[in-house]
Amino acid sequence: MIPASFDYVRASTADEAVQRLSEAGEDAKLLAGGHSLLPLMRLRMATPSLLVDIGGMRDLSYVKDGGDSLAIGALTRHGELARNELARREAPLLAHVAGQVGDPQVRHRGTIGGSIAHGDPASDLPAACLALGASFVTASPRGEQTRSADEFFTGFLETALAPDEMLVEIRVPKSAGATWSFQKFNRRAQDWAIVGVALARNGSTRIGLVNMGATPLRATAAEDALAGGASPAEASSRAGDGLAPPSDLSASAEYRRHLARVLVRRALEEAVAG
Amino acid sequence: MKVSVAVNGAARTDEVEPRLLLVHYLRDVVGLTGTNIGCDTSSCGACTVHVDGESVKSCTMLAVQADGAEITTIEGLASGGELHPMQEAFRQHHGLQCGYCTPGMVMAATSLLAENPSPTEAEVREGLEGNLCRCTGYHNIVKAVLAAAGAGR
Amino acid sequence: MTATQAAPGGVLGQRLLRKEDPALLTGEAQFVADLNVPGALHAVIVRSPVAHARILSVDVSPAMSVPGVVAAFTGKDLEGEWAGPLPCAWPVTPDMKSPAHLPLATDKVCYAGDGVAVVLATSEYAARDGGDAVAVEYDPLPAVVDLDDARSDRVVIHDELGTNTSYVWELTPDQAAVDAAFADAAHTVHGHYVQQRLIPSAIEPRGVLVIPQPFNGEYTLYSATQIPHILKVMLALTVGVPETAIRVIAPAVGGGFGSKLNVYAEEALALALARKMRRPIRWIETRSEATQATIQGRGQIQDIELAADAEGRITAVRVKLLADMGAYLQLVTPGVPLLGAFLYSGVYDVPVYSFSCTSVFTNMTPTDAYRGAGRPEATYAIERVIEDLARAVGVDSAEIRRRNFIKAEQFPYSSAAGLVYDSGAYEQALDRALELSGMDGLRAEQARRRESGDRVQLGIGISSYMEMCGLAPSRVLASLNYTAGGWEAATVRLLPTGKVQVVTGTSPHGQGHETSWSMIVADRLGVGPEDVEVLHSDTAIAPYGLDTYGSRSLSVGGVAVAIATDRVIAKAKAIAAHQLEIAEEDLEFRDGAFTAKGTPERSMPLGAVAFEAFTAHNLPDGLEPNLEASSHFDPPNFTFPFGTHVCVVEVDTETGLVSLRSYTAVDDCGVQVNPLIVEGQVHGGITQGVAQALFEEAVYDEDGNPKTTTLMDYLVPAASELPSYVTDSTVTPSPTNLLGVKGIGEAGTIGSAPAVINAICDALAPLGIHDMAMPATPERVWRSISEARGEEAKGS
Repeated sequence: MIPASFDYVRASTADEAVQRLSEAGEDAKLLAGGHSLLPLMRLRMATPSLLVDIGGMRDLSYVKDGGDSLAIGALTRHGELARNELARREAPLLAHVAGQVGDPQVRHRGTIGGSIAHGDPASDLPAACLALGASFVTASPRGEQTRSADEFFTGFLETALAPDEMLVEIRVPKSAGATWSFQKFNRRAQDWAIVGVALARNGSTRIGLVNMGATPLRATAAEDALAGGASPAEASSRAGDGLAPPSDLSASAEYRRHLARVLVRRALEEAVAG
Repeated sequence: MKVSVAVNGAARTDEVEPRLLLVHYLRDVVGLTGTNIGCDTSSCGACTVHVDGESVKSCTMLAVQADGAEITTIEGLASGGELHPMQEAFRQHHGLQCGYCTPGMVMAATSLLAENPSPTEAEVREGLEGNLCRCTGYHNIVKAVLAAAGAGR
Repeated sequence: MTATQAAPGGVLGQRLLRKEDPALLTGEAQFVADLNVPGALHAVIVRSPVAHARILSVDVSPAMSVPGVVAAFTGKDLEGEWAGPLPCAWPVTPDMKSPAHLPLATDKVCYAGDGVAVVLATSEYAARDGGDAVAVEYDPLPAVVDLDDARSDRVVIHDELGTNTSYVWELTPDQAAVDAAFADAAHTVHGHYVQQRLIPSAIEPRGVLVIPQPFNGEYTLYSATQIPHILKVMLALTVGVPETAIRVIAPAVGGGFGSKLNVYAEEALALALARKMRRPIRWIETRSEATQATIQGRGQIQDIELAADAEGRITAVRVKLLADMGAYLQLVTPGVPLLGAFLYSGVYDVPVYSFSCTSVFTNMTPTDAYRGAGRPEATYAIERVIEDLARAVGVDSAEIRRRNFIKAEQFPYSSAAGLVYDSGAYEQALDRALELSGMDGLRAEQARRRESGDRVQLGIGISSYMEMCGLAPSRVLASLNYTAGGWEAATVRLLPTGKVQVVTGTSPHGQGHETSWSMIVADRLGVGPEDVEVLHSDTAIAPYGLDTYGSRSLSVGGVAVAIATDRVIAKAKAIAAHQLEIAEEDLEFRDGAFTAKGTPERSMPLGAVAFEAFTAHNLPDGLEPNLEASSHFDPPNFTFPFGTHVCVVEVDTETGLVSLRSYTAVDDCGVQVNPLIVEGQVHGGITQGVAQALFEEAVYDEDGNPKTTTLMDYLVPAASELPSYVTDSTVTPSPTNLLGVKGIGEAGTIGSAPAVINAICDALAPLGIHDMAMPATPERVWRSISEARGEEAKGS
């Protein structure tokens, strides 16, 4: 299948990109690695009128030490992040999760910014960012803005990004001392997780869930239970509380809730052991 | 839209429609039909080529995105009349039957070894997670990749 | 073991590297999508998005305004192009009902994917845009997707037939004996199994290119097909082009598995449009199209009952089948259940037998042959239900099989269903498989895990199979109402330089015929396999042939090659005798030369004979020049490969996830021409059976909408989901052909699915779980476990 026709421009700076977006209106899309957008366009489930290609901005591909946090350029590819020594040391959960996205070919092209900005509840990296308490730096004609991951994912494939706003950097608090676990459950390695659990434990415990609702989200009931002193078994039994996971071809909502409980418990066990 | 690339070492510039997929560019514009198309959802990996040395599914990339890149296709692997060691390993271990997934599989496998020159069997299997084969059951493909890795040590 | 280059002579049985590989490994091989010709128009089919509807209107005019679009036609526009409907070659009963099936629907669509219009454009991109622009109005009708619902005729899909039942076919040699056996049985067991629909998923989608020569009225048709010969004849009948004006070529073909054993709407359309437009027409299927417009496999509901005596010896098998034909009958759709009909007694010595099949239309993609076609289904049923018998009798899986095996000394064995099995040594294969799989250690580990309540339980599953392949003795096909024969043709020629040319009527698409046929010829002629050229898959080069399917190529086509080779040798011997001035009976042919018995210095190499035959300067009186011979071999019987597979699974009892830990297969396909190729067939075959057991299902919703329309949703497993396999073989030659060979293309698939499900049931037996529907998805396994534990699924 082939995408419908569209106009195409390349932007070499974030300012130029958001300028293009603001001129074009809602029908324009940024194109980074293209591994979220192009599959939809090929099935003609997305038909943007303009693509602004930001893939050439290699200066937005980096992992930098930002003091208390790690600064990751939005155009950093999954494979680069997975192999990056600094990321592996200071944000091992994120680096590990980046190495679990899709398959090697996807990881060679897909970018962390693209994955976050797409806001797909089935994506692994948003859940990891939630677990790590990451924040997202954006550019727009109104200037730079920083939002926490918790306020970023607003609806199904919807984020707090304005149509003329571009994600430029992901900041992840350093978590070298933390323990963590990522549990990805699927039937084929290349597939989206049926349910995934990204868990970071650093004093408190934060749990990001994959494919357990309309957005990437946190297992707040389980987190609260842990904060209140519940055992891993007790806390994990609440992992699906208050959530409305989808029912689809790969799993019913009921089974997803069950998986969330099992995987959160395993993640807690692993993180405690780790 | 102009796109300038080097395909198997040969530089070229073409005027293309922005929506032209890289795989169609390679097959229909450049005329290299060794790269095959097996699906429309980035699932099968038959269209795998190397972009700047890394495996990429060329059905999930626009030709215009490849501007400035070096692309290697299956046609660029063998040199001087000799099969590339990975191609030779596939042959020696009967790692192909109908051969349709083979170009993509070989390109994925060479990229895998570039990143991990001495993989375990499990790493080979994981590393080929993005490539589907319907004929071989992967048994001999995995054997071939392990053999190629062993030969390269 | 590693592969070696073979030396001339004694070639059979060597692990010769494939001749086919260099072109495929380098991208040189030309698949149909790689072919293009100047001026070709690319066709895109507009397909129904709904399963069942009347077509109110089709407006192709918006497509005509898309740049690059040259023409667009509705089904009605092309009605006059057809000399006949798309063919079904297997009217299994005289009163079988078959709806007229035109390449494009005219008044009604009967499945999602049914074509309603075609757009022709100068590029694929323009054709797609044009296809998107065509406006079709449908008046939806209730859809039939459930087989019992279909049988009820609540909604009749094809008004003109008056019913959804296509046919009822029965095989009950002795009803009274069956009834008596069940009445007298010490044990009876009953299995009810659903063979889910499968999407064959050859990695190469289909495609066709037709190049016309408008002024002399000839057409060259390239198709990704398994059956160029059958296709040529059938297209002549469907499109009304004389057979003599059609040349069909199957270029490199990227796998078939039965899905390219058909005469498809797009092939007929491309030919008719090439005639109409007087331009080349090219159509390449997309994957999402392939999930709807290419035939699907399986789709059967099985009820099998066994009667047995107190020791568990089976005294009767009774089978009732309900088979899903889909919306129309394709080439051999109705025959698929019949290919399994004789095999529900499996590898067991069963005195009486009863089978009946009711086949119904539904509003889903037509079914047809998919790897194994009928035989995996039959094997699954018997190899699953025999586990119930083992439990009823109180013996283990291996023992129940041993008690019932047909013994080696009983061959050739006449089955109650009416077949004569050529040869077998079933217990030997079982013994070897048990030994290789390390059964004792596995059982000990299983016991430990059960005792400790490990959340990951171990299960071991056995499947002992046999199958009938090598399709097929023509007279048997006649008795089953198949409208063609089952022979195969071959021609062998010695060329002036001593090289050999083989022409075969088989049409390989991954099986390595060029390599294997070269080996057969090289072995007999004493030349090197590299000196043998194999021509195939082109009706102008190989005018006679019945193509490749049903594990027939070696045991029918390969044997034809051997016979033709021997005929060449016989003629060469006459020439050599003449040249050496010696009586033929005093010559022997060895190591590629004719040599006088007892006088080895009087010798003439085959190459020299070939040159003499070519120059014809000095041939015996009355003998024609050249060394060429043909064979049209009609096999006297099917061949019956067999084996035992042992599957070991780990079941995560918390999530229901099943992982294959190991898989051991011992297969017997008689004499092996090239073990390297045999093993490859086994590996791939196993994987497709494992895929049915664990991963794959073509899912439709209640309105007949297909839900698995991409390879994201239809889970063809990758290397990451599978282990390496342990394979071995026993060799029990077939006595019915001169090579002693049997088929191996489908055996792995036939044996494997029940081994996997038996292993899952074994893992979960302590919970009282003795059945698991396919595919055994994690959710399905989890639900079974939850129910067995009496747990309400929590949290709902």
